[in-house]
Order: sequence, then C-alpha cells, then structure tokens
Amino acid sequence: MAYKTRTGSLASYEKGVIELDDDLRKYAFSNVFEVAGKSAPYERVAVVQNLEYVAEVVRAEGDSPWYAAPHDEFAIVMDGEVTFRFVQLQDDQVPGHEGGAIRLGAEPNGPRMGRVTARKGHQVLLPKGAAYQLSSARPSVAIIQTVDGPETVKKWNDICVLKEA
Amino acid sequence: MTVLDAKVERLETDEATGYTAFRLGSFTFRRDEYFAHISWPKGNHIIEIDRFLRATVRDIGWGFFYGWIFFDDVFGTTNHYGTVDVFAGSYDKGCKDAGIDHLETFTAEAVSEAFTAISQDWISQGYDPLNAPLETGTPIGPKGPERTDPLLRAFIAADRMLGLPGDKPVRSDASGFPVNRAFADLDFDLPDVECEPGFEGQLHAINLFDHIARSDVTWNPSISAVTRANICCVTSEEHMLPVIHGNDRNEWFIQLSDEIHWNIADKNSGAPRGRIVMKAGDVCAMPADIRHQGFAPKRSMLMVMENGTPGLEQRYASGELKPYPVDFG
Repeated sequence: MAYKTRTGSLASYEKGVIELDDDLRKYAFSNVFEVAGKSAPYERVAVVQNLEYVAEVVRAEGDSPWYAAPHDEFAIVMDGEVTFRFVQLQDDQVPGHEGGAIRLGAEPNGPRMGRVTARKGHQVLLPKGAAYQLSSARPSVAIIQTVDGPETVKKWNDICVLKEA
Repeated sequence: MTVLDAKVERLETDEATGYTAFRLGSFTFRRDEYFAHISWPKGNHIIEIDRFLRATVRDIGWGFFYGWIFFDDVFGTTNHYGTVDVFAGSYDKGCKDAGIDHLETFTAEAVSEAFTAISQDWISQGYDPLNAPLETGTPIGPKGPERTDPLLRAFIAADRMLGLPGDKPVRSDASGFPVNRAFADLDFDLPDVECEPGFEGQLHAINLFDHIARSDVTWNPSISAVTRANICCVTSEEHMLPVIHGNDRNEWFIQLSDEIHWNIADKNSGAPRGRIVMKAGDVCAMPADIRHQGFAPKRSMLMVMENGTPGLEQRYASGELKPYPVDFG
C-alpha cells in the first residue's frame, strides 16, 4: 500500500478540531502555519509555554535582527528554506540575562563561524556563545525551542481556539 | 506512603499454555491464550493480552514516564521517581464505589523487574509489542520460543542534541534503521552546514523528519534537543497509544505530520471530556488534570515538549502550580 504523508505549509494546511466539555483556553490549541501567516516577519510568537520555557513560531522573510541567548536554542524549519548565519561572541558579549533570545543592535564584531541552510524537517542548533541571524528569500516558517525572554511575543487570545467551531 | 519491600515471585507454569504466573506484593499476574488476568485481595481484572503487553513494555522502557500510566480504566502505575504505585481501580469510580480499589507502592526497580520478567515469559518470537500491529505478529495463543533479541528499547535521550559528536546518533540505513514504509513518499535531504576555517564541527543541524521516519517503534519517544530542563521529544505514532497517559505536569504536543485523534478524560474519575484532532502544524497543551489516549490512522510524526524540572510533580500536586499552562490575561 502506498502512503501519502501530509505536512503543512503556509500556503496549504488543514487545522484540526477541539471538541471538549472544558475551558478550551486550558489547551491553548493553535496552528504554526496559521500563526506564521498572521505574524510580522521575525515576530517570535509563543505557541508553547511550559513555565519558563517556550516554543516560538517565526515567519522568516528577508533578514532577521541578530539574536543571542545565554543558553542553547534549537530551530526546526516547518516550511520553506531558512539560512542561519553565526558569529562567535566574546565572553563579555554573551548575554547575561536570565533566558530567551535578545535582539542585538547590529551584527557582532566577532569572527564569523559559518552558516546553515535548512529546509522543511531540519533541526538547527543555535548554540550558546554565538549570535545568529535568520534569512529567507520567501516566507518560511520555523519553530524555535527556547526560554521565555525579551523577544517572546504572547498573544494567546489571538492565536488559540477559544470556542468550538 | 508505605513502600513495600517486595520483589517479583515466579508462581506456577500453566501446563496447557506454557505461561508462568507472577506475584508482586499482593498483585498476581496470569495469562492465557487471549488475556492477562490481574488479581488483588479484593478484586480481579482482565485485559486483552496485546494491549497489556504493549502497555507493559512501554511503561518499563519509559522508566514509568511522567505521572499516571493507565493500562486501561482500571489498572496502571504512577511514577513517584524512585518509587512506583501499582493500582487497580484507584481512579475508577465504579471500583471506588464498590470498595474494591487497591494500591501498593514499590521501588521502581522492583516494578521494573516484575514487568520485565512477565514480558520475557509472555512474549514469544514473532511478536514485538513496540511495533505497529501491521508490522508484527500476534501475541495470542500458547507460548512459543522466547525472543532472544532485546524486548525493550528505552528512550534515545540526547544530552544536548542528536547527532552532535559524543551525543546520541541520528538513525540511518547504516545503523540498521531504514525509512518506514509509511514515510516512503517523502524526500529526505540534509541541511547545508558551512563552517568557516577554525569553526569546523561547531555548527550543527540534522534532518529531524528523517530521524523520526526511521524509527522502528511506535509511541516510544526519543529526546532530540535539550534547553536546560526543556526536553524536546519526537516519536512516530501509528494505530493507538496502548496506554492512557495522565501527566503529573502540563505537556505540549506539536503535530509534525498527518493526524492524531486524542480522547480526553478527567484524570481522577476517567469521565470523558471530549476529543481533539491534531493535524500537521497543530499545537495543543495536555493539561495536568486530564488523561489522554491517541489514535493515529496513519503513521505520523509527533513532537512532545516536556518540562523535566525535578520536583515539578509535587508543585502541581500541591496546587502551587495551575493544572494548565497559559495565562490568557
């Protein structure tokens, strides 16, 4: 038997259903393609929150600001192609805040480490100690595993299913 | 909580079927050709054997996972991270009302040894309860030759990220993990990693979908990446989750491909609350006050995000933390 695997994209996705005798806000049901479709480029919108930890959805389009975090982060490309450029931070440039990504004013002046070009299904390490920038020639979607931080955007009322259809 | 100092005991072997019975504390476990029979001082319970074995090997392989693992509405385990409750009817209104519910607490090692001994005796060659039903034989019938390969495949747990030097490897043809038939229609390419001189090996990326597509087991997660105590697990799901999971904390699902239907019920009573159908790209929290069971019509890819902060279960149990994850303001 031949199987047809269904993955979503910005251009084509089908959202599931939530039918519960319960407060739907407890389940925070959303869809990454729908969230990215309604987001500004590089708005880092939380779709998962586990106390201090989050997963953010990013609509990658053009060049992002430069970011850095005091811990490892990980990106999974869900649609399109995204290039990640990395610059090594000197010890005194590593962010000292509690967690999450912060936006840097410009490309850091450290040595360039290289770049990763990732497509659907690829997972990329955004290592502690490196600043990174995302670039995409056309609208793409990524999920970033990180910590709730200054760049995390929360708009749960806008992205989640609040009542049954 | 009294922790019983008990270990698994082998009881008689049934001459007709060849299967051995076992005792742990005051629970006894017997099987016949079709069913597992569980007895305790005040009651008895029957579970279809395929379901019992699928639940048992996962419960051991997961290290009893987070919180409650219901084999069905009546029987299951609760993880206290060092000790484990084995219960019958403790979270079932009918059993509670009838006064036949029973719970005993053992060391995790004792329960693991018991479930391993039962699995090894009750699983014969040709049947692997970690495989999808379409990919393995049947456990019904009398005892056959015992399997000699490993029954259990525990979590593949990356320390930082799969595929990094010194960390757990990604699956590949070379390591004996071909792409599963259900994902044969996908093209898997590698990310392009270009390091500047002097930074070789310091940038890293993998094809995560390829890793998931090569899993030879179902409903058996592996950890792909870790941010502090935030654990990203990935797993391939086909047919039905052979347990009902009641978490002791909030967890999150991100559906990466295809769809899974989740039945949702109250954790303590088992009363149904409804259903959730997750399709590719959907994100949903599983609150800490529910139990859930998944059904995947086609093999699918699921990402699970867990907060592994030690002691979190006590903060939820005490009411310090709400049993749902998001404050909508």
